[in-house]
Amino acid sequence: MEQYSILRQFADSWMLIVLTLVFVGVIVWVFRPGSRKSQDQTAKSIFQNEDKPAPEESDPSKEDQK
Amino acid sequence: MWDYFKLIALALITLLAAIAANYARDPAYMVNALTVMLAAGGVFLWSVRRVGEPKAATPQNEYFDGVVRAGVIATSLWGVVGFLVGVIIAFQLAFPVLNWEWAQGFTNFGRLRPLHTSAVIFAFGGNALIATSFYVVQRTSAARLWGGNLGWFVFWGYQLFIVLAATGYVLGATQSKEYAEPEWYVDWWLTIVWLSYLAVFLGTIIKRREPHIYVANWFYLGFIITVAMLHVFNNLSIPVSIFGSKSVQVFSGVQDAMVQWWYGHNAVGFFLTAGFLGMMYYFVPKQAERPVYSYKLSIIHFWALIFLYIWAGPHHLHYTALPDWAATLGMVFSIMLWMPSWGGMINGLMTLSGAWDKLRTDPVIRMMVVSIGFYGMSTFEGPMMSIKAVNSLSHYTDWTIGHVHSGALGWNGMITFGALYYMTPKLWNRAGLYSLKLVSWHFWLATIGIVLYASAMWVSGIMEGLMWREVDSNGFLVNAFADTVVAKHPMLVVRGIGGLMFLTGGIIMCYNLWMTVRAQPEQASDNAFVPAE
Repeated sequence: MEQYSILRQFADSWMLIVLTLVFVGVIVWVFRPGSRKSQDQTAKSIFQNEDKPAPEESDPSKEDQK
Repeated sequence: MWDYFKLIALALITLLAAIAANYARDPAYMVNALTVMLAAGGVFLWSVRRVGEPKAATPQNEYFDGVVRAGVIATSLWGVVGFLVGVIIAFQLAFPVLNWEWAQGFTNFGRLRPLHTSAVIFAFGGNALIATSFYVVQRTSAARLWGGNLGWFVFWGYQLFIVLAATGYVLGATQSKEYAEPEWYVDWWLTIVWLSYLAVFLGTIIKRREPHIYVANWFYLGFIITVAMLHVFNNLSIPVSIFGSKSVQVFSGVQDAMVQWWYGHNAVGFFLTAGFLGMMYYFVPKQAERPVYSYKLSIIHFWALIFLYIWAGPHHLHYTALPDWAATLGMVFSIMLWMPSWGGMINGLMTLSGAWDKLRTDPVIRMMVVSIGFYGMSTFEGPMMSIKAVNSLSHYTDWTIGHVHSGALGWNGMITFGALYYMTPKLWNRAGLYSLKLVSWHFWLATIGIVLYASAMWVSGIMEGLMWREVDSNGFLVNAFADTVVAKHPMLVVRGIGGLMFLTGGIIMCYNLWMTVRAQPEQASDNAFVPAE
């Protein structure tokens, strides 16, 4: 088969399925149980560190538990 | 050691630019080479005077705001320049005598039009995006900008790109691709600057001290990466001579057209939409002092936009040599874009729920709300115009220009003004803006200006489309092209007046921001921006 047809067939079959599944995966990930807490925290994160960077010692992994 | 290396490199660039100017085959190339020579030579002199001076240590406990301040100034000034050129060419269309005979070949419509589009999109919009992205990424990552002076390189490198492109247009250097007019060497330079921008932005995200990457940064990052990719592919060209501005595209025919509109539409989708949505997702919640309405929706908004926008380009090529299936694909994806666009609009507007009273007292948030409203309106109009049947009426008419401007002036302009009004007092450590009354004046001038502009173009565009397709009982066209030109004259004048109002608003903003920095007392700490009433 010529190159155009091969690419065309690949694009409207396998690639389309992969991209659709990735997108569905994103939606499932967004609505996964327990996501609300970290999402709320992220949404509110813009109200901190207004004037200067966070101090050196703060460890990102600890902030999760706050 | 690095200092000496830098000096040698700058001296070499200055010398090579001088040689290039000497051998230049066309005036645009010569002027650009001289510009590069002066820029490199100037930086050389500036650096050589500072050799051996002790370097101030970079304070890691402070944000790198100098480059953001410079960006705010550049955005305001380029904005006024871009709006001014827009007003001039609007009146040139209404009154062709303004294409002055003595300046033919320099300031006629054909030369000034790319100057206007590039000035507003890349100089005004681009500087706004670079400045706000540097502001937002530092604060949401709780880290200083990565890369030290690379941030300054991005800023000044981008200004050099703008000057090279603008002087090139006026002198006739163009590769005739809409929104990608700069010639090969300017494209190469922009690639270097843009990759540095990506490095600075990504470096800051990588060294962040927050557990999550805030959604605004996702939008900014999507914009930076996609624009890098688009820019490189759409500008694959071979220079005719190393000493001339002319280059030849690698693609030809319909492939070239498709690559151009894949670029062109995603310049709208990623430069003017994703990047500015980054602004929306930071500055609207900050100004409203409430977190974004739905963080879930914002993530879905991002990924849906990314997945759909990239396919919408073919709708610019309906009824052309482009295969029918590709045009239909572009149309379908454009229509699907309704959903993420309106999801994002609702998310932005609903962020104000419970704080709607702020609209009465705070003209800055009023500006942001109107901007989101225009985002919703133009992203409704765009997909509608991409439908083949509608496109057969609207394409090549003023309706397209009206659509672009309701998006660019309404959405991009207003959200940028909002962000500038928000950032300026904070960046210069001032208690508040100089005058909220002037912000109100700006708001109303800009809004009424856009309404005049958009409605004039609707009337003119639909009338044009109908006149072009009108046939008599024997199947002959009723109107000559010149008939439509005569018929739309009043609308062109109204459009110019609308633009003039928008320009006046921009000048008022510059004055207000200037006076905020000059006349407002300095503040000890700037915790919250409370509008003075």
